[in-house]
Amino acid sequence: MTVTDGPAVARALETSDKVASHLHPEGSFDVDAHPVPTGREEIWRFTPLKRLHGLHTDDATAPLGTGTTEVDVRVAPGVRVETVSADDPVRGSSGYVPTDRVSARAWAAVDKATVVTLPGDRVVDEATVLTLRGTSMDSASAGHVVVVAEPHSKGTVVLRFEGSAVLADHVEAVVGAGAQLTLVSVQDWADDAVHHTTQHAQVGRDASLRHVAVSFGGDVVRMSTSVAYDGPGGQVEMMGLYFADAGQHLEHRLFVDHNEPRTRSHVDYKGALQGQGAHAVWIGDVLIRKVAEGIETYESNRNLVLTDGCQADSVPNLEIETGEIEGAGHASTTGRFDDEQLFYLQSRGIHEDEARRLVVHGFFADIIRRIGVPVIEEHLLETLETELEKNV
Amino acid sequence: MATLEIRDLHVTVDTGSQGEGPKEILKGVDLTIDGGQTHAIMGPNGSGKSTLAYSIAGHPKYTVTRGSVTLDGADVLAMKVDERARAGLFLAMQYPVEVPGVSVSNFLRTAKTAIDGDAPKLRTWVKDVGSAMERMKMDPAFAQRSVNEGFSGGEKKRHEILQLELLDPKVAVLDETDSGLDIDALKIVSEGVNRFREKGDRGVLLITHYTRILRYITPDFVHVFVDGRIAEEGGPELAERLEAEGYDRFLRANA
Ligand SMILES: Nc1ncnc2c1ncn2[C@@H]1O[C@H](COP(=O)(O)OP(=O)(O)OP(=O)(O)O)[C@@H](O)[C@H]1O
Ligand SMILES: [Mg+2]
Repeated sequence: MTVTDGPAVARALETSDKVASHLHPEGSFDVDAHPVPTGREEIWRFTPLKRLHGLHTDDATAPLGTGTTEVDVRVAPGVRVETVSADDPVRGSSGYVPTDRVSARAWAAVDKATVVTLPGDRVVDEATVLTLRGTSMDSASAGHVVVVAEPHSKGTVVLRFEGSAVLADHVEAVVGAGAQLTLVSVQDWADDAVHHTTQHAQVGRDASLRHVAVSFGGDVVRMSTSVAYDGPGGQVEMMGLYFADAGQHLEHRLFVDHNEPRTRSHVDYKGALQGQGAHAVWIGDVLIRKVAEGIETYESNRNLVLTDGCQADSVPNLEIETGEIEGAGHASTTGRFDDEQLFYLQSRGIHEDEARRLVVHGFFADIIRRIGVPVIEEHLLETLETELEKNV
Repeated sequence: MATLEIRDLHVTVDTGSQGEGPKEILKGVDLTIDGGQTHAIMGPNGSGKSTLAYSIAGHPKYTVTRGSVTLDGADVLAMKVDERARAGLFLAMQYPVEVPGVSVSNFLRTAKTAIDGDAPKLRTWVKDVGSAMERMKMDPAFAQRSVNEGFSGGEKKRHEILQLELLDPKVAVLDETDSGLDIDALKIVSEGVNRFREKGDRGVLLITHYTRILRYITPDFVHVFVDGRIAEEGGPELAERLEAEGYDRFLRANA
């Protein structure tokens, strides 16, 4: 069974240069500018608010910022990692402004931020890895990381999230002119963790960003990733890979703001679901502004449903305000596990569980290969193996 | 000696969403294939040839309602799909399935390991695969491609026979391996099947719609399959008669 959703293309009538997308209202740093969500709002309708441990409210029993997390940093040679105070101007330098209540709360709650700087005109082969380990579900934490890829730098930054925590955080990336940044965020949480993460990148002139999201663990992961450009010629590749098990809610919300001409974006997310109550949500919003002539965009989300009782919501949205584009398209499919593939492999003597493993590996293979960060690839293959052993 | 024995086989197909319930396709098939023999099954479209092939292999869509299938006395119908293959059965499919992201080389190695019970020696295996691909006139680049994905019809069939050579079963069921092949590909595929036969004590059930392939693979027995059962049996000369007369005679008798 394959369901392919038709394109939902909205063409705005406004002709002014600065049209606020109806999907993305102007943000605000003021927490109270974002009412406590009820679950009926467009941006909250898929999220199980009850399981957010009060992140979206102002629950006084769990104020943000008092939680306990441990951070381990492995810095690649030449890369700078430092801690700055919350009022350092580097925060917000990506141009991000909170667009939901949890984000605004997290922004206000942090007392310090971690800044990772890739030096300009330099290629750093080794990845810089920040591992955040949650140690308790009793209180909630806020976090903030800013990755600054100076002009014409090239490098990789990996964020890993492990353990048990209630975390609301921001990751900003400022990709300077001509820089090439690979930013990987691995949500490898324990079963009970709750993670609301907002990641925003500003991509400079002729710069390129590869953003990789990997979500395996956690009770609820809600990840909003957005990019905007700071000059023409920028390129963005956003890849995602997730595996939702019984009872897990994994939500990935993407927004590409084509606000500069001749920019490109390619979004490709793949996920597998297995077990009762496994829920995956993918929202892919692309806005092509009037100035953004000659851009190219493609977004795709594919879900592989392995068992009954899973739900995959996949909503691509393309909003076009200019007629002068090179190409724009999207695809969204949700398919059942293919019994014919299974039969074919088994008819060659391959055991059923091994055959399933092959098919799932095959489904993810192209994306894993394209990530291009060896340590991540190995880890992914291992994790995939563990996920498959759970109940396939 | 390898023997595949099919007795009074009745099979229904799950009609699925059409909601007609199970529909009987095979209506009592009797057939014995001994090692060293090649049996051709010929019959018109829709007569149930693929159903017979799939039922032997254990496709979940088909349900056996009566009869038996044994391989060297072992109850094939009690085995799972993969167990049947490990017992020595092989099905070359009429429409081989695409498996995206799984490379041919990984697939072949995994299958060989499953059939033999342990992994083949890397050195000799790579060589075996290489020379088998060469014999099937398959470009070495196919080893890195996803199983059947984007293969032409002819390439898929050659890939099936490549597997036949490498997995070396006791009995092979070839479902219209000849259809969609040009004359060069037909010869390559036939030579592959003949090499398999020459290994000795191997049984072949060759399902075909046309007599074309029988010029290259001479059967010992020909069975005419009509409306879910064998309507007539004979030697290779029966194929020649069918070539001249077509299936009309049987279809009329059936109507
Ligand atoms: N899912 C199904 N629902 C209903 N009828 C089915 C289904 N699958 C197969 N059949 C019917 O079973 C009969 C036998 O099909 P089968 O594929 O075995 O024929 P065949 O002899 O292999 O034909 P061909 O020469 O075209 O390959 C056909 O009439 C077909 O329509
Ligand atoms: Mg058929």
